[in-house]
Amino acid sequence: MVPGIAKGEVLVTSQPISFWGGVDPATGLINDPRHDLFRKSIAGKVLVFPFGKGSSTGSLIMLELARVDKAPAAIVNVRTEPILATGPIVINHFYGKQIPIISLDENSFRMLKTGQHVTVNATEKFIVLHN
Amino acid sequence: MNDMRLTDEDKRILDGKRGEAARIALSVLVDLGELFGAAELMKVSQVHIDATLYMVEAGLEFAEKMVDMGGKVAVPTSLNPSAIDLQRWEAYRVPAETLSKHKRLEEAYLNMRAIPTWTCTPYQHGIIPRFGEQIAWGESNAIAFANSIIGARTNRYADLMDICAAIIGKVPKFGLHLTENRKAGMLIQLKDITGDMFADDAIYPLLGYILGEMAGDQVAAITGIPENVTTGNLKGFCAAAASSGAVGLFHMVGITPEAQTLEMCLHGGKPQTVLEITPQAIRETEEKLRTVKNDGVDLVVTGCPHYSAAEFVRLVQLVKGKKVHHSVVFWVFTNRTVYAWIKNNGILSDLIAGGVMVFTDGCPLQYPREAWHFNAAMTDSAKFANYCFSQRGLDAVFGGMEDCVETAICGKIRRKEAPWHLK
Repeated sequence: MVPGIAKGEVLVTSQPISFWGGVDPATGLINDPRHDLFRKSIAGKVLVFPFGKGSSTGSLIMLELARVDKAPAAIVNVRTEPILATGPIVINHFYGKQIPIISLDENSFRMLKTGQHVTVNATEKFIVLHN
Repeated sequence: MNDMRLTDEDKRILDGKRGEAARIALSVLVDLGELFGAAELMKVSQVHIDATLYMVEAGLEFAEKMVDMGGKVAVPTSLNPSAIDLQRWEAYRVPAETLSKHKRLEEAYLNMRAIPTWTCTPYQHGIIPRFGEQIAWGESNAIAFANSIIGARTNRYADLMDICAAIIGKVPKFGLHLTENRKAGMLIQLKDITGDMFADDAIYPLLGYILGEMAGDQVAAITGIPENVTTGNLKGFCAAAASSGAVGLFHMVGITPEAQTLEMCLHGGKPQTVLEITPQAIRETEEKLRTVKNDGVDLVVTGCPHYSAAEFVRLVQLVKGKKVHHSVVFWVFTNRTVYAWIKNNGILSDLIAGGVMVFTDGCPLQYPREAWHFNAAMTDSAKFANYCFSQRGLDAVFGGMEDCVETAICGKIRRKEAPWHLK
């Protein structure tokens, strides 16, 4: 997946996320009132959601989040599709900032809970739980 | 990590021998390929860039820096709409700040030597791919159209990936570029949808919307679409399908080239899922696309996706001799090519005489909200109706082209009785 190591607090949702129209690029707050993370900040979090959805412009929103330092620290999915992966790949090469992405099977995915502190090592493909 | 086969030229680019923009662009493409198990990169003959309107500062920064670092397109590259009409921005009431950001973005793409098509319908006017051609396109409606209706081959490329593909002229070989991934896994059949229902052109975007909801990101085949379906109908279908679902490719049996027969698009196999669309589903979809509570609208929008010359011929027949109501603004969006044609043959002056405003380059969804203060819009685009309220807080109602014209003239919503309203 997208390599790198990142540490942070877990923020979990069982719903897919659309970065375009779903996340405020200036603040990193979820701004879709229909989403269960509505008004929560994804900035600096280990963002755990099953898969991405929505517009191909999502990658641009993620690039902006990285530019203003409001991007998630890492992303954990069950399935990462190309449109979602494009943001972190471009951010890595253009801004030199790493947002590791890792895909987990559904059982491991369900073990992650909001508020946990973890280290995501996408280079060697493991997650360490700190509390 | 590097499992993908790279050519000597690829390696030279990754070593920075063709400049920093090319090095970054190819690094991005290689990472994408590694991630999705591509064996190698493949050439594409053309690219359509989606990231063409100013949305966030990072987008402008990316385009300008790629130009500063020597970024030029390697293959013919067309551009999706700007947010604004880059030529008639005064009439479109574009704020100075918005204009300056878009002019900078325009300059960056022209410096890359992209072709200033500024249109979301590059399959109608521009660099039109042939059946089987390997291309890299952004813009959801155009991707669905190129893959499904033409049978060209592209993945759903995200913003920024499209720019990287244009600079290199290659993409990783995976997904919809490969024959085996173009097989339909889902079959959608029409149930109790009678021939008379297709007389109302509003049916096509509604069917497309339903297909998108059913298919998600899977390849679906739909049967029962009549042979006299027009390119304009198919455009509305594609745009709707790609707005309600992540549809990159579908097959329309008997209509689209990879589905001369049902067996052909199933690649000789059986569908994993079989679903039905009923008149009730069409009715419910039309209701879902209506957020307007009363019978008033102050905006009528057509040209999402951009109107073709054929659509203008029909539109002017409906508008001629009539006048748009003083309480309504009527916008049509198109590209510069069609605009030149309708200016030449007098359609444009007839429309202007009727009170219709025609814009090029822009995307109506990105209209300058503060300058216009609209409350509610009618549109013949299920895509526009879908995004209108959620993205811009503007209430919407969907209907056919005729309904849009009648509504604009009466100043009140007019939607003719469709057969599925009665079922």
